[in-house]
Amino acid sequence: MLLRRCGTDALLVEVDSLTEVAAVRAALQGLPGIEELVPAARTVLVKGALTEVRKVLEDVDLTEVPAAHPREVTIPVTYDGPDLDLVARTAGITPDEVVKLHTQASYEVAFCGFAPGFGYLTGLPEVLRQPRLDSPRTKVPRGSVGIAGEFTAAYPRATPGGWRLIGRTEITLFDPGAETPALLQPGDLVRFVVA
Amino acid sequence: MSRTVTIVRTGPQALVQDLGRPGHAHLGVPPSGAVDPHSLKLANRLVGNREGAACLELLLGGLAVRAGASCTAAVTGPSVEVRVNGALADSHHPLHLGAGDVLEIGTPRTGLRSYLALSGGVDVPEELGSRSTDLLSGIGPDPLRDDDVLPLGSPGPACGADVVPPHHAPHRLQLPLRLGPRDDWFADAETQLRRGSWTVSDRSNRVGARLHGTALTRRDGEIPSEGMVTGAVQVPPDGQPVVFLNDHPTTGGYPVIGVVDHDHLRFLGQARPGTVVTFRPVG
Repeated sequence: MLLRRCGTDALLVEVDSLTEVAAVRAALQGLPGIEELVPAARTVLVKGALTEVRKVLEDVDLTEVPAAHPREVTIPVTYDGPDLDLVARTAGITPDEVVKLHTQASYEVAFCGFAPGFGYLTGLPEVLRQPRLDSPRTKVPRGSVGIAGEFTAAYPRATPGGWRLIGRTEITLFDPGAETPALLQPGDLVRFVVA
Repeated sequence: MSRTVTIVRTGPQALVQDLGRPGHAHLGVPPSGAVDPHSLKLANRLVGNREGAACLELLLGGLAVRAGASCTAAVTGPSVEVRVNGALADSHHPLHLGAGDVLEIGTPRTGLRSYLALSGGVDVPEELGSRSTDLLSGIGPDPLRDDDVLPLGSPGPACGADVVPPHHAPHRLQLPLRLGPRDDWFADAETQLRRGSWTVSDRSNRVGARLHGTALTRRDGEIPSEGMVTGAVQVPPDGQPVVFLNDHPTTGGYPVIGVVDHDHLRFLGQARPGTVVTFRPVG
């Protein structure tokens, strides 16, 4: 674990894996005085309460993610994405088997970024871990469900994007006017079901 | 008469801004808010609002509004010509508007952004605790258009006459900066920053101030996306730095050589294209 200075009031905590990211995030969550706590692929950005933060990090056990009570979210998906056949071919299986694999796995929101409410979900079955498209789409429709590398995600709104799209959901992923604006938050458990 | 103002003319860009919505970066939501919060707070104080009330942030002035009811207005930021019903009035000073009065704001002689506070504050609905327009994410009200009608909140107690100094936008800016978190991607980051010189590019916006000048030499490659703070100096492969302002993305994959001290970012937010920028690595 490496602590990197980030201006006068923030630290970038660098670790070696998503599991360690989750451990750091869980250890710091709820600490009074923290203004921002932003997990990412190999880092956690923390702003505020740096003296307390350093104290907590001295004793943190990176191998153990403290048992939390994560929220469970179910996302209904219509599996008719434009890249479903490509994903099936790349994996050497049928489109139906892609759907079965994608819906049987259990996912966790590792972090959010790219756009409000865009959650990077880990837990993707090995054969579905596939590269991005060679050429990104200029517009990925809102609700598109895609895969890229070790992650799967649903697009909260129409944006450019290079993920392989396997389906779409009607569920609202981000509503800035709602009391809980983002459907997905770091640490949440997610399942996809056939709509 | 209803407590509203009607936009007669927006000028180049008119946005609703308050102090933004920090604390939501883990959801991918940028902080947003006024890029010159100091000027926004002063404008609010002049009209008797709490400091964080929503104002209009104007890029290069040019706005005209018509009051729907009696209210107090104040314009801050750089020195700028202000007229009420065509007659010259003062910026940086409270102005009384009667129902039907038209307030016009000229083009500031220096700087970029003027702030118009109205008594009661602009009372559009909050999103994630703020009324700010986030141009990157599309959160908050749309950029204002001609004929938009904006509701005002209930005014506070009348304030005494007051005056504040205008923002002075210098031709050269020296920005104090803390090295890191990724200064190890650069050979002698401190010397490179100290010796370099840049100008503010005309491709700058509320997302970031793009700088043009000395190419910073860095390692090739990208970092897995990581959290970004306002003021982060991100260096893409071409070596031309971008300083993140209020509507910056919450994560990014280019190395951040240093972070500009928060209190100095407003000067960058007021810096016109062509302004010379240097960095002073400290501590």
